[in-house]
Amino acid sequence: MSSLLEVRGLKASYGPTEVLHGIDLDVEQGQVTALLGANGAGKTTTLRALCHFQVRTSGSIAFKGAPIENRSTEQIAMLGVGHVPDGRGTFLGLSTEENIRLGGHGQGDKGALTEDMERVYGYFPRLRERRAQQAGTLSGGEQQMLAIARALMGRPSLLLLDEPSFGLAPLVVKDIFSIMRRIRTEQKVAILLVEQNARVALELADTAYLLETGRIVKSGTAAELRQDDAVRRAYLGD
Amino acid sequence: MEAFLQQLFAGLATGGIYASLALALVMIYQATHQVNFAQGEMAMFSTFIAWTLIQAGLPYWVAFFATVAISFVIAAVIEFTIIRPLHKAPELSVVVVFIGLLVIFHSVAGFLFGSQIKQFPTPFEPTAWYGTSYLSPHQVGTIFVALCIVAALFAFFGFTTLGLKMRAAAQNPGSSRLLGVNVGRMLMLGWGLAGAIGAIAGMMVAPVVFLDPGMMTGVLIYAFAGALIGGIDNPVGAIVGGFLVGVLENLIGSYIVGTELKLSVALILIVGVLVVRPAGLMGRVVVQRV
Repeated sequence: MSSLLEVRGLKASYGPTEVLHGIDLDVEQGQVTALLGANGAGKTTTLRALCHFQVRTSGSIAFKGAPIENRSTEQIAMLGVGHVPDGRGTFLGLSTEENIRLGGHGQGDKGALTEDMERVYGYFPRLRERRAQQAGTLSGGEQQMLAIARALMGRPSLLLLDEPSFGLAPLVVKDIFSIMRRIRTEQKVAILLVEQNARVALELADTAYLLETGRIVKSGTAAELRQDDAVRRAYLGD
Repeated sequence: MEAFLQQLFAGLATGGIYASLALALVMIYQATHQVNFAQGEMAMFSTFIAWTLIQAGLPYWVAFFATVAISFVIAAVIEFTIIRPLHKAPELSVVVVFIGLLVIFHSVAGFLFGSQIKQFPTPFEPTAWYGTSYLSPHQVGTIFVALCIVAALFAFFGFTTLGLKMRAAAQNPGSSRLLGVNVGRMLMLGWGLAGAIGAIAGMMVAPVVFLDPGMMTGVLIYAFAGALIGGIDNPVGAIVGGFLVGVLENLIGSYIVGTELKLSVALILIVGVLVVRPAGLMGRVVVQRV
């Protein structure tokens, strides 16, 4: 059986500067894969390269067994890749509800759309309370929830999560990760999680990759990486 | 008093035209942060298309809707072929291209249709029941058409998924693409809509100012004033601003400075607003918590 996402020899560059030097990566159906690494290792770039978003790429990317390296960002999104970008991508001037509705714009069936909205409101009751509020006035944590909710509305089979813990209070991070745990068991969605916070990431993940200056230097199950001395010293602070 | 009311209502009627054209400007500004200086000349060109169709024997309303459709296509094609390749160009180049478009439309219209002033019909009969001693049927019709445009746009942007996608693409193109929204297509649609609205404004103003290649120059300046007064990023502001400019232009023109200086009033309004309140009276300030 082939993986949901198969990446081979992925390179990416901003202008003349190459930041990913050929990485191999697999994400299995319904599993959580963590991509760990320090600041500037190329984690965000990896996610962007998968969607051909703002970077030039080469290498092969197969999603659901079909090559997507020649597809546009929009097409990849419509194939079922939900991207929760760094900076959260909030539509500041739209209301919370409009942000969520926008995520389901490809859904032609009104009934299914309402159903999907109820489902994400179920995960994030805070967003329901703030549905009429201008999204720019939401707190950082709420905007993070909104970004995840928006991506879920497209019924993705793969969710790319870019540093959901970034800039948030530990309690809020805990909250969001416990919701992510619920989402991964209840939805048939695989997650590729990019995190600096290795501790929370490894708690959620099944497998993990360690990225250093544009190269994968280690990979294995989450348990293996948790036990790895180098990882413990550098990323878990033990 | 009677004369004052007459001027007031006449101001509302021309204000409706300014409001429509201001709305077209705002639509493109919101999507691309560019001001389309050629909007007025495109509207003029559209009106010539309508005139040609009417000369060919088509009934007014058939010509009207055909012109709206043709103008939509022309504007969309301009976006696709001329503006889109420039999306990474410096702002000044884009401004120059807009001015180039202005000149091209102006001279092509002169070449194709001649610069002789032509009469343009109004669909609103001069003896229709809705005329009053204050307002001619054409003025009532103009106000009504402007309000219809406004209502249709608000319904479109407020309640349809396509409208929501267009607003999203204008606000945050990157995030829109990640959700699968084809941003380029949304911009093209926005241009098309602006072209269509401009065409309607042109067809409404032509019976009053008569049809010639220079007919929209003044109108465009008033529409600018309206858009700036209301706030160039705010559709509601553009409409209110357009009507306001129409009324002010008429009242100040007839009671204070006389017709010769009317256009200067619009320019003074533009400068005044930019100095005192750069975002316009109703300019939107997007709040962001960090």
